[in-house]
Amino acid sequence: MIRTMASAGLVALAALAAAPVALAQAPLPNLRIALREDPDILDPTLSRTYVGRIVYMGICDKLFDIDAQLNPVPQLATGFTWDNPTTLTIKLRSGVRFHDGEMMDAEAVRYSLNRHLTMQGSFRRSEMGGVTAIEVVDPTTVRIRLERPNAAFLSTLTDRAGMIVSPKAAEALGRNFGTRPVCAGPFRFVERVAQERIVLERFPEYWDAGRIHFNRITYLPIPDNTVRLANVQSGAVEFGERMEPDDLRAIQRNRNLRGVPVEELGYQGITINVGNGPRANTPMGRDARVRQAFELSLDRAAINQVVYEGMYSPTRQPVPPASSFHVRDFQPEARNVARARALLREAGFTQPVPVELTVPNNPDLRQAGEVIQAMAHEAGFEVTIRASEFASALAGAVRGEFETFLLGWSGRTDPDGNVYAFMHTTGGQNDGRYSNPEVDALLESARTEQDVGKRRELYAQVMQIALGRDRMRIYLWHRKNVMIHTTRLTGYQPIADGMIRLQDMRLN
Amino acid sequence: MWAWLLKRLGQVVPTLVILSFLVFGLQQLMPGDPALILAGEERGDPQVIAQIRAELRLDQPLWSQYVYWIGNVVQGDFGFSWRIRVPVSDLILEKLPVTAQLATMSFIIAVVIGVPLGILSAVKRDTPTDWAANGIALFGISTPNFWLGIMMILFFSVHLGWLPPSGYVSLWEDPVQSLATTIMPAFVLGTGVASVLMRHTRAAMLTAMSQDYVRTARAKGLPEGTVIWKHALRNALIPVVTLGTIEFGRLLAGAVLTEQIFTIPGFGKLVVDAVFNRDYPVVQGVVLATALIFVALSLLADVLYMLINPRLRQS
Repeated sequence: MIRTMASAGLVALAALAAAPVALAQAPLPNLRIALREDPDILDPTLSRTYVGRIVYMGICDKLFDIDAQLNPVPQLATGFTWDNPTTLTIKLRSGVRFHDGEMMDAEAVRYSLNRHLTMQGSFRRSEMGGVTAIEVVDPTTVRIRLERPNAAFLSTLTDRAGMIVSPKAAEALGRNFGTRPVCAGPFRFVERVAQERIVLERFPEYWDAGRIHFNRITYLPIPDNTVRLANVQSGAVEFGERMEPDDLRAIQRNRNLRGVPVEELGYQGITINVGNGPRANTPMGRDARVRQAFELSLDRAAINQVVYEGMYSPTRQPVPPASSFHVRDFQPEARNVARARALLREAGFTQPVPVELTVPNNPDLRQAGEVIQAMAHEAGFEVTIRASEFASALAGAVRGEFETFLLGWSGRTDPDGNVYAFMHTTGGQNDGRYSNPEVDALLESARTEQDVGKRRELYAQVMQIALGRDRMRIYLWHRKNVMIHTTRLTGYQPIADGMIRLQDMRLN
Repeated sequence: MWAWLLKRLGQVVPTLVILSFLVFGLQQLMPGDPALILAGEERGDPQVIAQIRAELRLDQPLWSQYVYWIGNVVQGDFGFSWRIRVPVSDLILEKLPVTAQLATMSFIIAVVIGVPLGILSAVKRDTPTDWAANGIALFGISTPNFWLGIMMILFFSVHLGWLPPSGYVSLWEDPVQSLATTIMPAFVLGTGVASVLMRHTRAAMLTAMSQDYVRTARAKGLPEGTVIWKHALRNALIPVVTLGTIEFGRLLAGAVLTEQIFTIPGFGKLVVDAVFNRDYPVVQGVVLATALIFVALSLLADVLYMLINPRLRQS
């Protein structure tokens, strides 16, 4: 009897002793995230899709990240100083390891940045084009020299260009590094099944491991909107990114789900062919008054209401409201059909003006195109909509085989990334071939100007001339990244770049 | 027989060569520049675009691109996906079992529903049972797969929470989950095929039951069940089996819409995504692989006929 009691007591004691241990070792939960597209190659030097950047948030830390106000904040760096306008010294965090156990030091930073600069087919080259030298000062200090001052340079290092890869792994895998990326992020790469899933696993030696509360992250590309929502609703995934505005209404009555609309960095607008080949020779392409009339015929708020439940933000400029460079007093003009008609008469048009609008073949953009068509019709335009598969439409835009093109941009943190390439004469994405030396000069000054106030003023002037006067493009709205996640998930920080930062996120 | 088989194999080679021309030539007609779509939002730097073109040999004349590609294919190298740099052969081997599983399950569902329903409606001709069976078949043929798919997801996954809404788990990894992820798409595909099978079974049964041997069997005083099962059905099944093989081949080629809806990473999804991304090596590889499967299946069917039918063997 005594022995039984004693052993029972022992068992109880053992159970008591074991309990706290069991608690401490309670396995961390796994997180499943539904993506809108399947990412491309996971090599920071070679990748180019927006959705790929979401996955990098788990794998690859960057020299700098951005905060909610889009300011660069140190991540793998601990600080920086501009020794002079063309010399940037970056202090690095010490004791950081890559997933393969190698040290992340100044040499690794030099290697990674050089890889971006010199690798064949590197998509980072143009972003980092102004770099003339990368010097290792000591194991935790790197000095970068630029050809000329570049106000956007630091923000470049908050994205893929600032991601540091393990030199050893990069050397071993070469161009196939993206099939098994090795970086210094919170999770290490486990496997990828194309079009199906990307699996990451917690990296215990992560320098900021205390802020990571998941064991595994699985990214599942689910392109169909209805099915992605069904996955979130049924609990098959905990998080869905870039959902549709009307999904928010669908989940309103579901107490287990939370919708977070986040203002994006990009925009949707109408690119106008004003100088790209013979197709620029149209009333719209030749005459700014016709373009102004077209713009005045549109009611952006109404388009937004009809197509996007009023959720997006009507705009007249490429710089989003989330940015401190957003030009506050450059807002859309009210719709004015009478004025639009008067402008057309002034330009010498008494018959309906024909306009061809190329629209990517998505349901929402086609619908937007139809609303634009109806609105412009009232002002005297005869809009024909050409719905086209995206790859074909893009190739046509580059070759100048379009009159107007409803096209979006995912956006960059620095205003330069939303403006220069689209408005400068030599801009790589200036498909309408707009060219104005005055605007070019302003854009170049804005690129090198270090003073925020002066830079903001330069962008305000760009908007006044290129858009207010020349009407080179008609910006329509800034979208919102609609994120939907289970209410069991806490700690998601909505930042305008639409990334899903895993630090401090928890699943209860 | 061996001479015949060799001759038959000899015919396969020119078929594949012509097909490779077609695949290579047709996709050149697709508008859109692969280097440009590959660059996507990063298309701003013409030098990088030129580098991509050079690396992917897009700057070479078409014949030279073809010779390079076919030269590698002959050695078993299908190239790599431009988008994710994974060898095309790996992608094909990864997706083939998925599609094979889905096709097999769909086919089983189709046979289990279609054939008995066809027999029933033939036996109970012009009765409410027949009309109901025909109604079901009509519904199966005319319901778009994507609509049925989405409705099933909304009902079984969102409303009832019984099945995962999309995705795929391999049979070796977790058989139960694997069945759970494939049962809805298999049902969607299977009902479509079931309707076709049902209509053909019904027609074949009606023909068989009006034959002299059936009348003779009845005249002998055989029970009706024996007449239907032993005499009519066995003869009626021959055209149904032929049709079934064709339908199974079609299922194996991948079900584009159904795979898209249920996010099943099979052949259909692979090729469609590759077309939209202008990932030419993947398109070429998958089409060639699909063709090989078809050629192999038809060869197999011929051999089987030879084994079954002695008259063919002698000629």
